[in-house]
Amino acid sequence: MATTKRTVEVALSTTGVDAQGKPQRVPLVLNDGGSPLALEAPPSLEPNLEGEHMLINIGPQHPATHGVLRLVLELDGETVVRCIPHIGYLHCGFEKIGEYRQYNQIIPWTDREDYLNSPGNNVAFALGAERLFGIEITDRCKVLRVMACEMSRIISHLVWLGTTSIDIGAFTPFLWAFQQREVIYEMLESWIGARLTTSLTRVGGMGADIPDDFIPKLTAFTKNFPKVLGEIDRMLTRNGVWVGRTVGLGVMSPEEAVNYGLSGPMLRASGVAYDVRKDFPYLDYETYDFDVPVGTNGDVYDRFLVRMEELRQSTRILEQAIKRLPDGPVNVNDHRVILPPKSKATSDMESMIHHFKQVMEGPRPPIGEAYVAVESPKGEKGYYMVSDGSSKPVRWRIRPPSFVNLSAIAKMVEGHLLSDVIAINASIDIVMGEIDR
Amino acid sequence: MSKGSFSPVIAGSAVTNAAAPVTPKNIPNRGGAMNPSVDAIRAQFPTAIKRAEVTWGETVIIVDRTQVHDLILWLHDDATQKYDYLSDVTAVEFRDFEQPIEVVWHIRSLPFRRFLRVKVEIEKGSEMAVPSVWDIYKSADWLERECYDMFGITFAGHPDLRRLLMWEQYKEGYPLRKDFPLRGRFSRSEQLRQALAANPEARYSKEELSIADAFEDLPEDMRRRLGSGERTGE
Repeated sequence: MATTKRTVEVALSTTGVDAQGKPQRVPLVLNDGGSPLALEAPPSLEPNLEGEHMLINIGPQHPATHGVLRLVLELDGETVVRCIPHIGYLHCGFEKIGEYRQYNQIIPWTDREDYLNSPGNNVAFALGAERLFGIEITDRCKVLRVMACEMSRIISHLVWLGTTSIDIGAFTPFLWAFQQREVIYEMLESWIGARLTTSLTRVGGMGADIPDDFIPKLTAFTKNFPKVLGEIDRMLTRNGVWVGRTVGLGVMSPEEAVNYGLSGPMLRASGVAYDVRKDFPYLDYETYDFDVPVGTNGDVYDRFLVRMEELRQSTRILEQAIKRLPDGPVNVNDHRVILPPKSKATSDMESMIHHFKQVMEGPRPPIGEAYVAVESPKGEKGYYMVSDGSSKPVRWRIRPPSFVNLSAIAKMVEGHLLSDVIAINASIDIVMGEIDR
Repeated sequence: MSKGSFSPVIAGSAVTNAAAPVTPKNIPNRGGAMNPSVDAIRAQFPTAIKRAEVTWGETVIIVDRTQVHDLILWLHDDATQKYDYLSDVTAVEFRDFEQPIEVVWHIRSLPFRRFLRVKVEIEKGSEMAVPSVWDIYKSADWLERECYDMFGITFAGHPDLRRLLMWEQYKEGYPLRKDFPLRGRFSRSEQLRQALAANPEARYSKEELSIADAFEDLPEDMRRRLGSGERTGE
């Protein structure tokens, strides 16, 4: 009786009840007046846990689950036998709401799904909508969007680096990473006025052109950032504790990784050189010179190495984007989607009509559908939009990379220790806003 | 850690003498080069493809419901196709209630750098069921569960088709169906009443409690509630 009772208590964290209906707890204090820290129970109550499996609940409110993820683990001692993930605590129905919004009105919602990658989501959504409208954006807009994507990739990877290092027990890299992230957020603020929920793009262009001092700031960042990255690299890459806590954990072979639909650094750490920017390019990514880092073991350590290298490659892309940024208009000259200047709206009849139609009805794409995938920091992020010719999409589907990546967690943690679950979960780089949507 | 078990997969490795991929430009609304896999499918499954079209540069095939599993399995296994990556499973319901609901699979062939959209049309009033591709792609696990959760489409052959984003005893129906109002089916007061009446203690399913052999030790009332299928958290 005592053995199972203890299991219930551990599992439910609620008071067990004995035969008399009185609350019963496993005492933590020895009855002979020993130290209260001693965890021995009196012999009569000492449970025999051999071979008995225990149920452990992590989350949904737990700092190491990076949001509201709940994992129910079956443990044999400290070894995970089975993992049952529960998601949906942050479900907001973005896809449903999108069916009631015009295309430009959906862009603020894309900020809020993967909130560490807002500019990247804005760009991805705008690309999808432009495919649906049949619009070719301007050259300057393309380069600005590349900058936005790579800046948000750096932000996202830095947050990942900081939080993961805290999960595993290193605090200093967190501070260094978040300092650099702050630099980018300041640049974004000067660009569009918001830090986190940027709503940077519009269908057919951008919400704003970059301010005058943006390029010098970005240049300074690309010069300074590799130094900081080198410091983090020195701090972690050959750190015995870091290596010991990450090597050999959550291994996915290339075939498994592809079959489980992993994408992004998770997939590449497993030795699969699939990067949407290289294989199904968008925004002229094929003209930029950058490498796709690929791991060899598919464990948590390789995922860390891949992300570190991606930070360097993103800096390289930013340098090239700064060099090639052309002058010219940011928005397309197409008044189906882009408003004419306000001064013309008050003096020119046609411009006023465009204003009225766009604001009151919204732009209408032709009947059709498009799936546009981009390489978000988490992996292949796809927007699938179906239009029936009205100003609101019939269906707006987000293909969330970390949702699919997380679905493999049960496979990855099985057989590992409880403390490794935290490291493996951190290595997936989940954002619950994107997973639950 | 055995490094020998790892042989890298290179995307595009099966494409010989082809130019490097480029950003598509000036894509027409209809028409354009069709994915070469469509002809191969037509040769292999003469009756499977009802319609094939190219929309905004992407090839779409509308497939017979009974043959879709075999078709995707063949695309996955065949050495000349190698559609090894399932990007997405979802469904589309149109505002026009006459139009059938579409179940959409987005599949990629990484070695050949191909992308194909496979669709099955479910006529209104017919059984909302399609075959599961979970036995081909493990990534279909949660994607199909989500689709079931949001549209009520049953994926026959899925091992664990439960609600995923909504909780298990969610009674309002399938949120992404067009007959589901944006604010939910129940009134706010009813939603609030149900949330307050929920039992936060019963956060574990019976299956999960059986892991710890804990079910028998629960208080009598909780055992009764769980036994009658009541659950709140999940």
